[in-house]
Amino acid sequence: MNGLELLVAAMLSAGTPLAIAGLGLLVNERAGVLNLGAEGTMLVAAVTGFATAYHTGSVSLALAAGAAAGALLGLVLGWLVIWLNTNQYATGLAVSLFGSGFSAFVGLGYVGKQLVETPAPVVPFLSDIPVVGRALFQQHPVVYLAIAVAGGMTWFFYRTRAGLVLRSVGESPVSAHALGYPVRRIRLAAVVAGAALCGLSGAYLSVVYTPLWVEGMAGGRGWIALALTVFATWRPLRILAGAYLFGGVTMLQLHLQAQGVQIPAQFMSMLPYVSTVVVLVLISRNPLWIRLNMPASLGKAFYPGA
Amino acid sequence: MIRLEARPVPSLAMSVLSPVIALAVTVGVGFALFLALGKDPGRVLQVFLLEPFHGVRALTELGLKSTPLVLCALGLALCFRSNVWNIGAEGQFLMGGIAGGGVALWITQEGLGVSRWAFLPVLVLAGALGGGAWAAVVAWLKDRFNANEILVSLMLVYVANLFLSWLVFGPWKDPQGFNFPQTMSFAAATEVPRVVRGMRLHWGFAFALGAAVVMWVYMFRTYHGLQLQVGGPSPAAARYAGFSSRAAVWTTLLVSGALAGVAGAFEVAGPMGQLTPHVSSGYGFTAIIVAFVGRLHPLGCILGSLLLSVFLIGGELAQSRVGLPSALTGVFQGVLLLSLLACDTLVHNRLRVGRLR
Repeated sequence: MNGLELLVAAMLSAGTPLAIAGLGLLVNERAGVLNLGAEGTMLVAAVTGFATAYHTGSVSLALAAGAAAGALLGLVLGWLVIWLNTNQYATGLAVSLFGSGFSAFVGLGYVGKQLVETPAPVVPFLSDIPVVGRALFQQHPVVYLAIAVAGGMTWFFYRTRAGLVLRSVGESPVSAHALGYPVRRIRLAAVVAGAALCGLSGAYLSVVYTPLWVEGMAGGRGWIALALTVFATWRPLRILAGAYLFGGVTMLQLHLQAQGVQIPAQFMSMLPYVSTVVVLVLISRNPLWIRLNMPASLGKAFYPGA
Repeated sequence: MIRLEARPVPSLAMSVLSPVIALAVTVGVGFALFLALGKDPGRVLQVFLLEPFHGVRALTELGLKSTPLVLCALGLALCFRSNVWNIGAEGQFLMGGIAGGGVALWITQEGLGVSRWAFLPVLVLAGALGGGAWAAVVAWLKDRFNANEILVSLMLVYVANLFLSWLVFGPWKDPQGFNFPQTMSFAAATEVPRVVRGMRLHWGFAFALGAAVVMWVYMFRTYHGLQLQVGGPSPAAARYAGFSSRAAVWTTLLVSGALAGVAGAFEVAGPMGQLTPHVSSGYGFTAIIVAFVGRLHPLGCILGSLLLSVFLIGGELAQSRVGLPSALTGVFQGVLLLSLLACDTLVHNRLRVGRLR
């Protein structure tokens, strides 16, 4: 593969975990729940997925286990913030702290273990297209799944009644409640589904992308995914674009290092974090823009009786 | 059927009791976990919760561990009360440690003769400037560009960590250190004075306790402190009263950044005596739990920091005595905060049995 092919291929594979987690968080936020537990959820799912893959050897089972672990944490978070009306910031943080502690504890036995690598399936004929063929059509299925989820989500949000109801719950839960929709259950379903996607993303990291278990291996991707939802002004396809952009930044750092650019490795590794801050600043500087696009009840508790 | 009913006024008793219940839940989870791991739960819990109090040396170690936690948590309590979600105390802690450690390193290299007590204010100032500057970035981006402080402060933790790593792997590496990523050991003159000879507990502990008292006065006995806090529960009321939310963002972030920075400087010039890549054991994140366990109250933060120090030290002891991984501490911290938040529901609500009439 030539340089461009490599870059495109790397952008896709590095952007995918961000895309999936970002899409999951988008579902949460569209229903009005801010999930600061994404990082911890990804970590727990990563270790669950890795352990599953290690013992069963099945990648798809591992991804499913990761998603299930994510959904379970989503259930806990959802119950706390939706039924007990705990502070969403604090609860999400608690899930993140719990997740990093729990994954470090469970993962002790898997540090340094290796998975049997399975080569990604190749799409016949299409992968023979010159220049982009191999980059675009020789990826892990999860990469295409992310694209499908983004497309499906756009259709769901803007073309189906259920999507409209979900968005209404995030915009004005009081109105949705008055129309007879079970606001709390819808929110819980959204939180669980979103957390499952975060889990899938975490499992992809440890089973397909790295594939290794290292303590704290999500490396802030959960937080970057949160920033992505703002960057994308809460639109699924823009999340996909943003994720690949960030994937590119991650790869740029490795690429520059390989080219022998004389910048210390640590400064290169700062790139994704610094670019997240820069992007947040650029997108947030117009408060009206954010206010128009952000789900109106994001982060606010809803009391059905009141 | 059990249901929740809103209380007319929040219950003070529940507010105090809630951390106790959360602790009981955490101990219960620990009990089950130890059983599952095939350990004697009674023995492990004794190591975990009681050994850290056993003897004078253990008590001073408890004070040593709680020093950075109190300092970080005080600032966070102020932030959270004002609805400013600074969760990057860890990064501010590191930058304070780098600043304080930098000054100490400079004195060591230049061979300057200073006394420990004369150096202490310099150290505190350097730490406060380092941590404050790091938090000022968050405040500026929040104030000027409306950038979300949660994400910015957290991203800066990663940046601070990498910056520290660059320093100790690069320009500040000890030339005689056999290529280990660490600075040379600081001169004895830069050490934070110890409270008791032969123990690691230093006067930073007293500083932290003093800071808690000052914070209490500021929060509850000054008009300025009140202004900040109105914006938390009721931004509209704060705006109506003419209290500036911009001032709240700047003040809370600068204060909490400076406090976390001082904590970092104490840690570096106190028990560590040099800079390494592992200056913090997650104190900035643990402090978030301390702040909530301490009910966002300065004096509560002292109690909360003691409890979390017990967890930290208990985790280390459990590793050396009963062969349990110290990573367990992280699990318990998470369980504690989650169950605390759940229990806090009872501060604003009460349980009612029976159907709604």
